[in-house]
Amino acid sequence: MLAFLVHAGILLALPPLLPGIISKTKALAAGRRGAPLLQGYRDIAKLLRKSLVLSGTTGWVFVAGPIVGAAAVALAGFLIPLGPSPAPLAFAGDMLLFAYLFGLARFFAIVAALDTGSAFEGMGSSREAFFACLTEPAILLAFLALSKRSLSLSLSGMLGAAGGWASTGSIAGAAPFVLVCLGLFVVLLAETCRLPVDDPTTHLELTMIHEAMVLDHGGPLLALVEYSSAMKLLVLESLLARLVLPLVSLPAWLGCCLSAAVALALSAAIGVLESGMARLKMRRVPYLLTGAILLCGSSFILMGAAA
Amino acid sequence: MTGDPSLVFVLAAALLAAASGLPGLFMRRDSPWSQRIATALMALAGALGVWGALRGIFEPASISCELPWRAVGGSLLGLDPLSAFFLVPVFLVGALASIYGLGYWPQARNARTARRLQLFFGLLVAAMALLLVARQALAFLAGWEAMALAAFFLVGLEDERAESRRAGMVFLLAAHASTLVLFGLFLLWRQLTGSFELEAFYGSLGGASVGCLLFLGLVGFGLKAGIMPLHFWLPGAHAAAPSHVSALLSGVVLKMGIYGLLRLAFLLPAAPTAWGGAVLALGSISGLLGVAFALAQHDIKKLLAYHSVENIGIILMGLGVALSGRSTGRPALLALGLAGCLLHVWNHGLFKSLLFLGSGSVVRATGTRAIDRLGGLGRRMPWTAALFLAGAVAICGLPPLNGFVSEFLIYLGLFKGLLAGSSTAALAAPVLAMIGALALACFAKAAGTAFLGEPRSPEAEGARESPVSMLLPMMILGALCAFIGLAPLLLAPVLDSVGSSLGDPLLGSTGVGSLAPLGTLGAASAAALAIAVALALAFSRKIRGARLGPTWDCGYARPEARMQYSSSSFARGMAGMFGWALRLPKEPRKLKGAYPEPARLETEAGDAVLDGALEPAFRGLERLSRFLHRFQQGLAQKYLLYILIALALLAIASLPLDRILGRAAGG
Repeated sequence: MLAFLVHAGILLALPPLLPGIISKTKALAAGRRGAPLLQGYRDIAKLLRKSLVLSGTTGWVFVAGPIVGAAAVALAGFLIPLGPSPAPLAFAGDMLLFAYLFGLARFFAIVAALDTGSAFEGMGSSREAFFACLTEPAILLAFLALSKRSLSLSLSGMLGAAGGWASTGSIAGAAPFVLVCLGLFVVLLAETCRLPVDDPTTHLELTMIHEAMVLDHGGPLLALVEYSSAMKLLVLESLLARLVLPLVSLPAWLGCCLSAAVALALSAAIGVLESGMARLKMRRVPYLLTGAILLCGSSFILMGAAA
Repeated sequence: MTGDPSLVFVLAAALLAAASGLPGLFMRRDSPWSQRIATALMALAGALGVWGALRGIFEPASISCELPWRAVGGSLLGLDPLSAFFLVPVFLVGALASIYGLGYWPQARNARTARRLQLFFGLLVAAMALLLVARQALAFLAGWEAMALAAFFLVGLEDERAESRRAGMVFLLAAHASTLVLFGLFLLWRQLTGSFELEAFYGSLGGASVGCLLFLGLVGFGLKAGIMPLHFWLPGAHAAAPSHVSALLSGVVLKMGIYGLLRLAFLLPAAPTAWGGAVLALGSISGLLGVAFALAQHDIKKLLAYHSVENIGIILMGLGVALSGRSTGRPALLALGLAGCLLHVWNHGLFKSLLFLGSGSVVRATGTRAIDRLGGLGRRMPWTAALFLAGAVAICGLPPLNGFVSEFLIYLGLFKGLLAGSSTAALAAPVLAMIGALALACFAKAAGTAFLGEPRSPEAEGARESPVSMLLPMMILGALCAFIGLAPLLLAPVLDSVGSSLGDPLLGSTGVGSLAPLGTLGAASAAALAIAVALALAFSRKIRGARLGPTWDCGYARPEARMQYSSSSFARGMAGMFGWALRLPKEPRKLKGAYPEPARLETEAGDAVLDGALEPAFRGLERLSRFLHRFQQGLAQKYLLYILIALALLAIASLPLDRILGRAAGG
């Protein structure tokens, strides 16, 4: 029960901190002082207090977008094991539900964007749909590789001790893990709209993906959008964290906190990465994502079953 | 007649369906009563048939009916769980589509075609029922052919339109090619087993014979099911038929091909291992290319038709998993693949019918099928829009609805196969993921462009919501999609009963309910729904108090509906990724000079097989025939000339040439 509460607490309370860490890192790297770390919480609180302005073109679909998105991402968060024990919701095949919940969130984000009738939002949603066609196979290949290694059909088993680095002694044995981690990291960048795929801080609507899709959302709905995209970042980061951490014999709550800490560190790493590179040309993004497919695919080929 | 009365229900329902169009023939052509009677009979047939079929699923033994037909012998008709399983959508969708027709194709406005439609619609349902209960090859073929002909008359119903005539002709050719291959199949079956009866044959059949039968089945049934290279007739036919007929054609008639394949595969002993992989690969290709073709379509019904190719691909992937599990002796694979295949048959029947009926409502309200001329229908037809959106979520295989459950079963089969050591087959899982993502893009495009945003044409502007008689069938289909998605565990006994009736010893013990966490899956879907509802309630006060304004279009002074992103632009990037397979139209010429030539841009892709391969082949054949035509033009003078030439040649041939030549040489 304690483990569940810690899990739920981390999942629900931590998300707004992550974009804060990323922007703080970027600010420090650029020699600025930057916004305070907890700015994300303040923004969301402020947005929630505001009243709502809706476009006259939109209907219930527009409102459903953020709501379904938040619900799907939150449920996906309960499928990820944070600590050494299985996730609160774990069953054979839960990785498929995990992947498809993100699909559900994406579908509603896209139709909500199209509901506004704005050309920019259409542009953003078309790109989002396109890039997802390449990240989805990469995710499935990563799951195949991990499943082959751990002989498990559940995220909790795949990301558990049997799938981690600790169990391989050799460098050759660790190679597939490095590959799958790299592949999943690229997927993370694409799914959470980070550089080099998408620039969340650009001021030019023409070049955006995710931000272009939510141009028309304001007030409480925007708060929900920001919150759930931060939560998506947390969920994917803790997936990676859980993959690299050998949490064999720690108490559950400590394990949870440890993977949350790694997730925070990953956010800082993303901040460093974003400070150092520019956004790819839109035409080039598919090559990057195909690279992720190849990384996960090679990992799947190289991965041997656990002894 | 032995056993349970389920077969009687089904046969009575089939007779009712067959007779449903007959009373209308004796009435005035614009009398609304002929349609009302036909619909009432179809609804009655639907109720009886679904009841009988549902009973039949749970009858452990097959029920058969001995009809004395000495020429062929044996029992002619019978009902076993597999037949019954496929009969359920036949009668369900048949009845619902018929009710939908009251509003969509009213007799008063379509006096010329309505009676014909009702007659052949009923016959189509009855023919499918016949082929499903046939226990004997000749009865099966009779049902198959009746189905093809009835469907032909329905596809070509609007015969004043060239598009319908062409679609009907291509359909007829494909249907008869399929029948021809099935003749070959059943003749070979007779040769090998000694009878026309469709009874499981576990005698001494060599691998080559099994392979031969399976190959013929794959071609013959694949033509009907619309497997990728054999799908060429499908988009045209399904787009040309009236929408409620398309719903039946796409949701149900295609499944007869799948039924044939399943039946054949389990009548035979386990096929060589390679067959499972081949079917899996075929399914992957159908699925991936089907959805890629769909993306490049901007005609809402053609788009849906290509999605049928995709979904048939997914069904085949399930069958492939099942077949490889069967030939390698792995019960979990066999059970999961089969369950995924069967459940997707039902699911696709439900959501594809729902989507076709939804597109029919759009066509009726706006008079156009071009997605790029629609827009903003969600405000004008809220129920249709919501139901179409539900169908879209279901067909993309997204969680709270039914499509996810069947795809989940297939995925789980692939993962279990991986754990059992078949890594190559597992590569179908990322393919299925890509199919899912592309389908999502395609339906976000279709639903988003047609129902959301601002209307792009006056027709869309003036659209009105459909009458209740059209909404009700869609609501029932949508509710069933939600039911299967939220309570998949209730379907497990159905799938188990069908599986164990197939007589494979591997399937005896393991149930789907114990292999896949269907209960948890339903609970998780329900949880997602509950969180969404809770959030909606939490925000409901803010939403109701919202002020209205214009859409923020980044500073344009006068945003206009034509500025919206269109279906073509949405799909552009993704269609480009499949440029190697699609026949994308050429880029327009660059505009040059002060007074450029007029230019036009086309973005809708043709069909690679029909337009790219078959048409040129048949054109070549036509050229050859035309060359030969010069010699046979029906002119008596020419024929007299031929006779003269022939006589002269004969005369020359009969001359003792050697002697003449010898004498000339000797002299």
